[in-house]
Amino acid sequence: MAEASDVRSQPAGQAALDVGGLRAKKPRSLWSDAWRQFRKHHLAVAGVFVLVFLTIATLIGPLVWPNDMSLINFSESTQGVSLDHPMGTDDLGRDIFARILWGGRISLAVGVAAMMVAILLGTMIGAIAGFFGGFTDSLLMRFTDMFISLPSLPLLLLTIYLFRDTLRDKIGPNLGPFVLIVALIGVTNWMPVARLVRASFLSVKEKEFIEAANCIGATRSAIMFKHIMPNVLGPVIVAATLAVGAAIITESTLSFLGLGFPPDVPTWGQLLNTSVNFMEIAPHMVIFPALMIFLAVLSINYVGDGLRDALDPRKTTG
Amino acid sequence: MGQYITRRVLTAIPTLVLISMVIFSILALAPGDPLSDLALNPSVPPEVRQRIRADMGIDDPIPIQYGRWAESLFTGEFGYSYRTRAPVIDLVKQRLPTTLYISGLAFLLSVMIAIPIGVLSAVKQYSIFDNVATTLAFIGFSLPTFCTGLLMILLFTIKLDWLPSIYRSTVDGDGLGGLWERIRQAIMPIAVLGLFQAAALIRFVRASMLENVHQDYVRTARSKGLAERSVITRHALRNALIPVVTIIALSLPGVITGAVVTEQIFRVPGMGDLLISSIRNNDVPVVMTVTFLFSIMVVFFNLVADVIYGVLDPRIKYG
Repeated sequence: MAEASDVRSQPAGQAALDVGGLRAKKPRSLWSDAWRQFRKHHLAVAGVFVLVFLTIATLIGPLVWPNDMSLINFSESTQGVSLDHPMGTDDLGRDIFARILWGGRISLAVGVAAMMVAILLGTMIGAIAGFFGGFTDSLLMRFTDMFISLPSLPLLLLTIYLFRDTLRDKIGPNLGPFVLIVALIGVTNWMPVARLVRASFLSVKEKEFIEAANCIGATRSAIMFKHIMPNVLGPVIVAATLAVGAAIITESTLSFLGLGFPPDVPTWGQLLNTSVNFMEIAPHMVIFPALMIFLAVLSINYVGDGLRDALDPRKTTG
Repeated sequence: MGQYITRRVLTAIPTLVLISMVIFSILALAPGDPLSDLALNPSVPPEVRQRIRADMGIDDPIPIQYGRWAESLFTGEFGYSYRTRAPVIDLVKQRLPTTLYISGLAFLLSVMIAIPIGVLSAVKQYSIFDNVATTLAFIGFSLPTFCTGLLMILLFTIKLDWLPSIYRSTVDGDGLGGLWERIRQAIMPIAVLGLFQAAALIRFVRASMLENVHQDYVRTARSKGLAERSVITRHALRNALIPVVTIIALSLPGVITGAVVTEQIFRVPGMGDLLISSIRNNDVPVVMTVTFLFSIMVVFFNLVADVIYGVLDPRIKYG
């Protein structure tokens, strides 16, 4: 804490002494203010590091790590932690570290892709409802309310079960489940974003600068995208971050229940699903995938928390 | 007030109708035939198969099928399980009490943990207690229930051998021994579900309390010379609880559907287990009924949340 206040007080002191230096400095933008605020949230910064590390590890790891994730070796089954197998081996003697790396790629990709679907849907519906108001608004909000009342987990399970095989035949064994799961998680998670965007649109569109934009003859789409949207961005970014974590949890829940990815795709939830039967003899099969899910989700939530502090316009940045 | 409640109940009806349409169309659009097993059975001649199909109305147009289904739902007739031939309502009656018992207790546990901790956290903002509590809450809701469940089994069943990992509906032994056994097997499912919910609630309670403790009326209460304890519990907490109660009511359906996962971990024979096993068995009538019952619960508790909010907060207009 003492360090942080030192850093802050120093430039202010200098500026007071040297007015010429002040003019030479680049003006502070809203984004750099947000960044300064974000840096103060140490756990959020740590979360960013963990996430960057996880992303790089899962992208490059499978290429570099010498053990094949699907190499079956019964003589090495359910071994504990060793130098050869840093996370042990599973019931078929496959290297868990290699599977975690490969599965992490899919788990993280699902999280990001599902977030994009949810944010896109939510922003569109919320923006239209908030911008046009009136009948469109009440219709779309009824629609949103209805989606909130859907029991999402039972419906997800049901839909995946019913459509999994068809999509696998149509788009392919790997892409099929991916598209289905991403689309479904996105479609069941856009509602909070829509409400958020609508509320922000409703308040921003009454502001004077929108009136001014109207006066100079800006088109509707310009007002919507160039004038209102940037002001709504803060809460949407926070919601987007948290949505990635929620999507990772949902995907691993589905895979854990056996209704997500097929057993040969080792997402973290899927690894837990197979580990359940071997808990007594191989506890490491549970611990490592659970740890990875926890680490990823915790980091994402901390980053979201930090972003919320940084992007909240009501907070004055020092 | 009565008018407000009536109006809210009336708006819940179209929601339920829409939800039933969604559930029905997902099933109707899905590929696959509920009687595909029958088609493979060589001892059933094609004419008989055709008659069964006609009797069940499988080849009728979808709107007609929906109408029939909705009508039977309305009269409380949920059909028969394809698998066990038992009436669906009987299966649900067997399973529902277990789910309500587990998730109800989990829910109580979460409220009992979250309110005192959230209040203390807010009152002693930035203290060590506050830091520990908020960090633990953050960790708690970043850990999905199936992770905590499995880790608890590893610790309490496999390492320490204190608690059973499997929930049995038939516990041997009567009297105190049987009762103790029943309590022991419920501890982990309730704790897993309850702690997760508590973690999310603590943040709400804390935030809501923080908004209130710095308000003028709290300062007034203090300056009247009231004891700090009654300032917090009788003045600040009362107002802070208004949004919290809504969140609590809204989170209840989440606890009940959350039971789907915990029931799978601890093999609790509840509604979630019924849903998953009937999805696996292609048992359409059971799946539809259970999913619809889950929706009814969600809509019902949303309604309860709205009404409670209206009752507690006199600033809400029932216009």
